[in-house]
Parts: sequence; structure tokens; C-alpha cells
Amino acid sequence: MKAIRSRRVMVATAVALALTPLSACGGGAPQDAGSTAGGAGTGTDPSSFTILTANENKALPATLDALAKGACSAENAALPIEHQKVAQADVVQKVTLLAGQGALPAHFIAGTAMVRPDGDLGKGDLVLDYKEALEKLGAADQLLPAAAATVENVYGGMVSLPYQYNVEGIWYNKQIFADNGIEEPKTWDDLKEANAKLSQAGIMPMTQAGAAGWPLTRLMGMYIFRNVGPDAMKDVRDGKAKLTDPKYVAGAKALADLASSGSLGEGFSTRDADTSANLFLTGKAAMTYDGSWLLSSINDPKRNTIRDTNIGFMPFPAVEGGSGSIDQYAANAGAVMAMSPKQFGPKVGDWLKCISENYGAQALKDSGTISGFKVNEDVKELPVMTSQIQEKITELKDPVLWFEALLDPKSNSLASTNVSLLTTGQMSAEDYMGALQKSVDAAR
Amino acid sequence: MNSVFGDRKTIIILLAPALLLYTLLKIGPVAWSLGLSFFEGNTLRGFEFVGVDNFTKFFTDDAALQSLGVSVFFAIVATAGQILLGYLLALLYVFVLRKGSSLLRTIVFFPAILPTVAVALLFRSFVAVGDNQGPVNDLINLFGGESVEFLATTSGTMATALAMTLWGSMGFYAILLYAGLLDIPDEILESAKLDGANGLKLVRHIVVPLSLPILLSSIIFSLNATLKVFDSLLALNNGGPGTSTAPLTLYMYRTAFEYAEYGYGSTIALVLTLLCLVFTLAIFRSSQRKAED
Repeated sequence: MKAIRSRRVMVATAVALALTPLSACGGGAPQDAGSTAGGAGTGTDPSSFTILTANENKALPATLDALAKGACSAENAALPIEHQKVAQADVVQKVTLLAGQGALPAHFIAGTAMVRPDGDLGKGDLVLDYKEALEKLGAADQLLPAAAATVENVYGGMVSLPYQYNVEGIWYNKQIFADNGIEEPKTWDDLKEANAKLSQAGIMPMTQAGAAGWPLTRLMGMYIFRNVGPDAMKDVRDGKAKLTDPKYVAGAKALADLASSGSLGEGFSTRDADTSANLFLTGKAAMTYDGSWLLSSINDPKRNTIRDTNIGFMPFPAVEGGSGSIDQYAANAGAVMAMSPKQFGPKVGDWLKCISENYGAQALKDSGTISGFKVNEDVKELPVMTSQIQEKITELKDPVLWFEALLDPKSNSLASTNVSLLTTGQMSAEDYMGALQKSVDAAR
Repeated sequence: MNSVFGDRKTIIILLAPALLLYTLLKIGPVAWSLGLSFFEGNTLRGFEFVGVDNFTKFFTDDAALQSLGVSVFFAIVATAGQILLGYLLALLYVFVLRKGSSLLRTIVFFPAILPTVAVALLFRSFVAVGDNQGPVNDLINLFGGESVEFLATTSGTMATALAMTLWGSMGFYAILLYAGLLDIPDEILESAKLDGANGLKLVRHIVVPLSLPILLSSIIFSLNATLKVFDSLLALNNGGPGTSTAPLTLYMYRTAFEYAEYGYGSTIALVLTLLCLVFTLAIFRSSQRKAED
């Protein structure tokens, strides 16, 4: 009897142990999407101007707080600012849950795919059209045209505020280039030649933070934009081209060859962002392809030991015979920051107007962040590189997107995760693009 | 005391709060998740009944089948290693070190209290290459070999993950099995020794059969824990390179919470649950057969 009972207890324990993973997915109740009438100014003001941002982004809430105390103090008195936080990795989960409960804050971070017209928030009219709203507020001219174009291209509408506007290119060490008789490479072949020269001299030609995946796919993506033209990824999205077409596969092959030639240095596929930036900023690597967010490290004398005047910024080189132009920089406008139409009342409208008129100068002053807003104030004593990049951004025409920008979330993730297999020779260029195209097709 | 526990009402009163909480927190979500397996969507988009489509999808989904393979492989190898090393350590504690084993027991058990993510980051540093090369590659260089980028390959990542898991948990299983070995009556061991059973013979014919119940419990614990491995493989190499070391739990997490496909995520959870049950029942069956023999 005792033996039977103890066996029953063991079976019960085993069943309980086995059931644990099942409870992990037993989340919230199925609810209706909760649709609201979209459009600017149709909502009612909440009791506070609640902003949901990513934990990892310290600069945005700090700059908004500075505005609340300064240029937007009247708006803050009428509708006090309040912050909510979410871990970057949990954004989709949290926003899905809040939207499902009809509890979205007035201003919130969201996942890229969610706000597109066919995304969960876009379909349910749960994101504000800033274009219409800013026009009504008389502040449409406060957005840099290139930044507005980038937002519209990525999200299919003006549904995010460009709190950052990043341009991407190759940062290089002028001293190392001069010492080795290297000029700014204008073509992919020039770049390969420069890499060979640097490798021979015992210098790591290029550092990329391969652990994250995207710093590698950026190189492939830019090769494709230069080879196929600026609409390369739009054509893939619209089904006019396939990633398995020879010109696209050539991009994957170019990246694989770059990696196998040793140009990215030892251990590139597990290198994290900090290590990669340090390799460049301490003169151990001659180049790095990165965004203008690198400026915060460049302007930090503790990290940058090669001096900012010794750093150059150049566009990704042209591919001979390709349809893209070397002047087309890749640009992005940071994480999605949407507004809820339901809560877009007159006071939130005042906040939006004030932010769009003052954020550009405040962010530049406080953290040297270049945003997609106009800078309506003379900000003095900007670091050398920051002014140069800001100038470049103001003059930016025809920016291109990045490789994964228009992909669905699954394909986006696959592109980044599989790239380590591609660059370490465990997956061919054809197989890499084949797997990605299969994923793109499955998401249609 | 006997009269208290003999009273049904008392038993119900004492158990009711815990049972209610258990039902609310465990059985409720489990039942909900079971139901969700037959739907597609999320709380925002709404849910659509799709019947058994999610299950059909699972068995034609290359990524899901690959993750299933990773989970099963990891569970079998890690369990074999954990139990074997744990058992050897337990034998060492009981038969060799005897009362002097307490210091070693503490040292070997220590990694079990460390957070898995911290251990994963530690092992990541151990096998690092490049500018911040770790001691493993320093050692390889010392013997004239070239640095190896362990985390760039599937086999390297898996080997690191297994080494990390064994280092972290063998102390725990050693203690568990040590407790089982202590229960073996000294008289039986003494009489076996008098009958000429020594060394391997004693272990094979006396120690193992007498510690079989705790051994089986340990295998079940270990299989259930390793089949549900998540944080260590995520923190070590994010399931990479590619998705070649992504277990079913990581695929479930990404599907449900990154791609907001709660229905399919629940289906993956259900498959994992069934897998745990199948493994557990298989161990029970084999132990029953052994007992009958």
C-alpha cells in the first residue's frame, strides 16, 4: 500500500514538473482588439502625460524632463509628465497587453512591425498620424524632411517621432590611413585593397560587433543597396525581386568573403558593441561601420584615445557596375515612439507642439544627440565630429533604409541570427538568402 | 495527531487554501494555455479558432523541429553527465572521503547557488577569443595550438553549454544521491563485503540496486530541468550560431512574446509538456520492468 502511494506521489510530482512549461504561455484573456476612432485631436486628454520608454534609453526621458522644467513648463503645468519603463526586449509583449486592455499610455514605445498599417496597432487605428496632427498644430515644418521620409519609409506612415536621427557610414582612423598610404576607399574593390594593406601591416582593418548580428548584416545590406539600387529591399517586400536573385546573393557572398579574408579580426562573431567600439577608439582597428550614435563614445575622452580630430566619416563604397550611389547613406530614426489617438486631446497636442519645436536643441545641448527635429536655437561649443555629422544630416538627401528595415519580425530575427553562420563559413550565401526568402514568403 | 489527520474535514480545511492557490496559479494558466493551442492570434489582434492547424504547423516547421532536436539532445547528454558525475561524487563522499567529505561537498555544491546567467557570462569569458581572450584559449596557445572561437560553431557552443551545466549542477545531484547512499544500511554493506563483494562488484550488485529509487528520482528531476533549459543557452550564445542551439523553450518564448503568436507559442509549450511526460513515463516504465525482473 505504501509503495503504491509513494508511486502515486512520484507520478503526481512528475506530472507537475512536466506541466510547468505549459503554464508559461497561459497569459491574458482573449480580448477584442478594442478599436478606437483614429486621427489627430479626436481623443480626450488623460490626467497626466504618461510616456512609456525603454529602460535602456536614459537620454530620452531625461531630455523630456528637461523640457518639462524649461521650454515646456506651461504644458507640464497643464498636464504633468509621468514616466513608465519597459525592458527593450519586452516592448512587443507589454504594448500588446496594454493595447488589448485599452490601457495604452499617451506616448509610448512600440515594435517596428506593430505600427505599420498592417501591424496589430496600425490595423486597429491605435497610433496617431503625426503628419496630420503636426499640420493641424502648425508644426509640420519642425521635422527634418529626411527624418520624416525615413519614418514614413520604414513604418508606412508618420507614426513615430524621430527622437534620434542616425546616419550610418564607415568611421575611420585618419592616422592609420595616412601611415599606410590609404585614401578613402570609393569602391568595394578599393576597400578590399585597403583591408589587404592593413592586414599586411598587422592592423585589424575593420571591427564589427558581430554578436548582435545586425552590425554584420548592415555591410551586406549596404552592398546590396549599392549593387541593386536604393529600392532593393522595397522590391523584395513587394515581391518584385527575391533575395535569391544573383545580385542579392552577391551581397551575402561579399560579406562572407570579407569575413573569411580576416578583415574583421579574430573573434568578430562573438564581439559585443562595447568591445568593438573600444577596438576602434583605441586605435587597434582602422575602421568600423556604425551609426552616428557612436558620437557619444567618440566625444568621451575616457573611451576615445585617438582624438576626435583623428576620426573620419565616409559613406559605404560603391559597387562597380551597381545601380546605387555612394551618396545614399543609410539612416534610421531610433525606436518607434507613437501616440495614442484616444488620448490625443488639446493638452497632449500642446505637448506635441512644444516637443517638436524644442527637442532638437535640447537633445543636442544635453547629450549631443542628433534628432530628426529642427534645431531652433544656437547650440554653442559642439564637439567637432558632432557638428560635422549634424551638418551631413541636415544636407542628407535620398537616405536608404537598412537591410532588415522592411522585413517581418521573424525574417528580421533570422537575418541577424543566421549571419554568424554565413560569416563563419557554416552556411553558403545561397543557403543564407534561400532561408531568408523562405521566411519572407511564409510571412506574406 | 492521528485523529486529527483521520478527520476528512480537517484535511480539507488545511489543504483548501494551498489547493485553491495552486489551482488558480498553476492549473488555471495550464488549462488556458491548452485552450490557446487551438487558436491563433494575440490579445490585441483577437483570437481565431484554427483547430489542430498549430499542431500540423509544428510538425512541418523546420525551426520547431530543430529546436526539438536541440532540447532532446541537450537533455539526454546533460542528464547522463549530471547523474554520472553526481553519482561518482556521491560514491567518493560516502566510501572514500567518508566524514572528511564536508569541505569538498560544499565546494562542489557552490556553483549550484550561482545564477545561471552569471555562470553563462563567466563561461563566455572563459572561451573568449580576440582582444579579451579567455583562459581556455590561453591554455591552447600555451601548448602551441591556435585559438578556437568556440561560440562560433554549434559543437563548440553545445560543448561549452554542457560543461557549464555539468559544472553548475553536478554538486546538487551529488548531494541528492549522497543522501540516498547514506540510507543504505551498514549491515548490508558489511555482510556483502564478508561475502567477498568489493569495489565495482559491491557498487554494481549492492549499492546501485539499493539506491535505485533516489537514482530514478534524480534522473527524472534532471531530465525535466534540462528539457526546459532556457536561460543558460540564451545567455551563453543567444541560441546561436544561427538558431542551431536554440532549445524549444527559447523558440516558444520568441514565438509567443517576440512575434506575439500566443496560440502557436502555447502549442510549442504543449509539445514540451508532452515531451517531459513521455520521458518521465519512460523512466517509470523501465524502472517497473527492472523491479519485475
